[in-house]
Amino acid sequence: MIEVDVESLGVRALNERLHRLPRDTNERLWKITNPKGAHALAAGLDRPLSIEIEGHVGYYCGGMNKQAEITINGHAGPGLAENIMSGVVRVKGNASQSAAASGRGGLVVIGGDASSRCGISMKGVDIVVGGSVGHMSAFMAQAGHLVVCGNAGAHLGDSIYEAVIYVGGEVESLGSDCIEKPMTDEHRSKLEQLLASAGLRVQAARFRRFGSARRLYNFKVDHAAQY
Amino acid sequence: MCGIVGLFLKNSALESSLGRHLSAMLSALSDRGPDSAGFAIYRNPAPRGSIKVTLFHPDPDFGWDRLMREMSEEIGTKVRGEARGSHLLLTAAMPVETARHWLAHHRPEVRIMGVGDCIELYKEKGNPKEVVRRFGLEELAGSHALGHTRMATESAVTTQHSHPFSTGLDLCLVHNGSLSNHNRMRRWLSRHGIEFQTDNDTEVAAGYFTHLLGEGATLEEALKSGISDLDGFYTFAIGTKDGFAVVRDPIACKPAVLAETDDWVAMASEYRAIAHLPGADQSRIWEPSPATVYSWQKH
Repeated sequence: MIEVDVESLGVRALNERLHRLPRDTNERLWKITNPKGAHALAAGLDRPLSIEIEGHVGYYCGGMNKQAEITINGHAGPGLAENIMSGVVRVKGNASQSAAASGRGGLVVIGGDASSRCGISMKGVDIVVGGSVGHMSAFMAQAGHLVVCGNAGAHLGDSIYEAVIYVGGEVESLGSDCIEKPMTDEHRSKLEQLLASAGLRVQAARFRRFGSARRLYNFKVDHAAQY
Repeated sequence: MCGIVGLFLKNSALESSLGRHLSAMLSALSDRGPDSAGFAIYRNPAPRGSIKVTLFHPDPDFGWDRLMREMSEEIGTKVRGEARGSHLLLTAAMPVETARHWLAHHRPEVRIMGVGDCIELYKEKGNPKEVVRRFGLEELAGSHALGHTRMATESAVTTQHSHPFSTGLDLCLVHNGSLSNHNRMRRWLSRHGIEFQTDNDTEVAAGYFTHLLGEGATLEEALKSGISDLDGFYTFAIGTKDGFAVVRDPIACKPAVLAETDDWVAMASEYRAIAHLPGADQSRIWEPSPATVYSWQKH
């Protein structure tokens, strides 16, 4: 394992070092210490690395991630794993607003709570939150899954397209065009798979499913005269 | 973008290092607000019957000694002063209104930055690291303090447009965000006797809270009213004589982090500003909820 003190090396030097690793690198295990809220740590990676960050991180940690598995032993600031493409970004503590924003693939696991706008404009990423999420989560979500083991704040799934939301606790309110849908065996099995890949031992039985009523983003020929 | 910080000490043994910690917090957020910086520090309560007034004049050779001499002679009471950069902290045994009236008539070019028993308020154009050095913040002891680093969006970059803004005796406000109904609110407050020095949106919020507190509202009531009356984006931190408060708008897109240990409570736009405080690693850290008032007071 390669250990790097980011406070002495600097974020830019660390990220450059990670970006320059060859495709067949043997330097796969990394431990990053003293993040002290620094921004953009381990952002833009495209190698199958395993990275542990010891402490709290600032904005955009693991942003645009491909392939790498990043674990944060602390809390994360805004924009955790924003635009993630593949791989896994895991935070043991809480994540601030806009976690996994516009993520296209991969898995984001938040052990604690996520703040507002979790999964905003998600486009294929799977997000599993052990605690609760704040208001406007999954706003304009297009594809992927958002699993919330705790409660969801106001306006969940506002203007949602085709993403699927599972909530284990209470939902404060649903956003425009987001509705509750039946939980079939197929959905329960998908949820169990997501919980298992996140490493959470939570019963899938108590979850409810939410998704798009498809009234907002579909063109209705009856309304043609109004345009 | 702007940066705001606040530090409230629960353990009085740390008071001698308040300035050093606040200075590090402000410096950590220099890149969120490189245009200007300011801070309010609560320290050295004035003797009974006296007030502390922080004054500003941009001329480094301004005649502070003459001002104090004339004020002292004409009002007939001892006036003491301590120059700090472009500011003067004046302590005098007189009612607040006497000091305001004298200054308005004899030195209208001097700005009053803050007034109260404990508050001292310093702010200036320039990079925050340079501003805190100019005011010697590192050496200042105190019980609690707020600070701001400004990236101007709404109005000009001047010392007067910098934060904190005074909102009444021993009260001040720092703001990250922008208000959208400040022009109408300014006109309304002007009709109710609130005076404004600039066209800045945050000064309107400060004036709004001053107005409500003057009408008898508690700080908590005033902040709750602000959630419905002030339209826009904000994380506010408000300094009071014996504590501080934090509130965010209902959309809450302007960041804020709170952290607490047995020794202190800190707030900042980002954790980076808190990370270097003693025991920050082990502190309880959370994000303040939208439209919720958080406050701390000395017991």
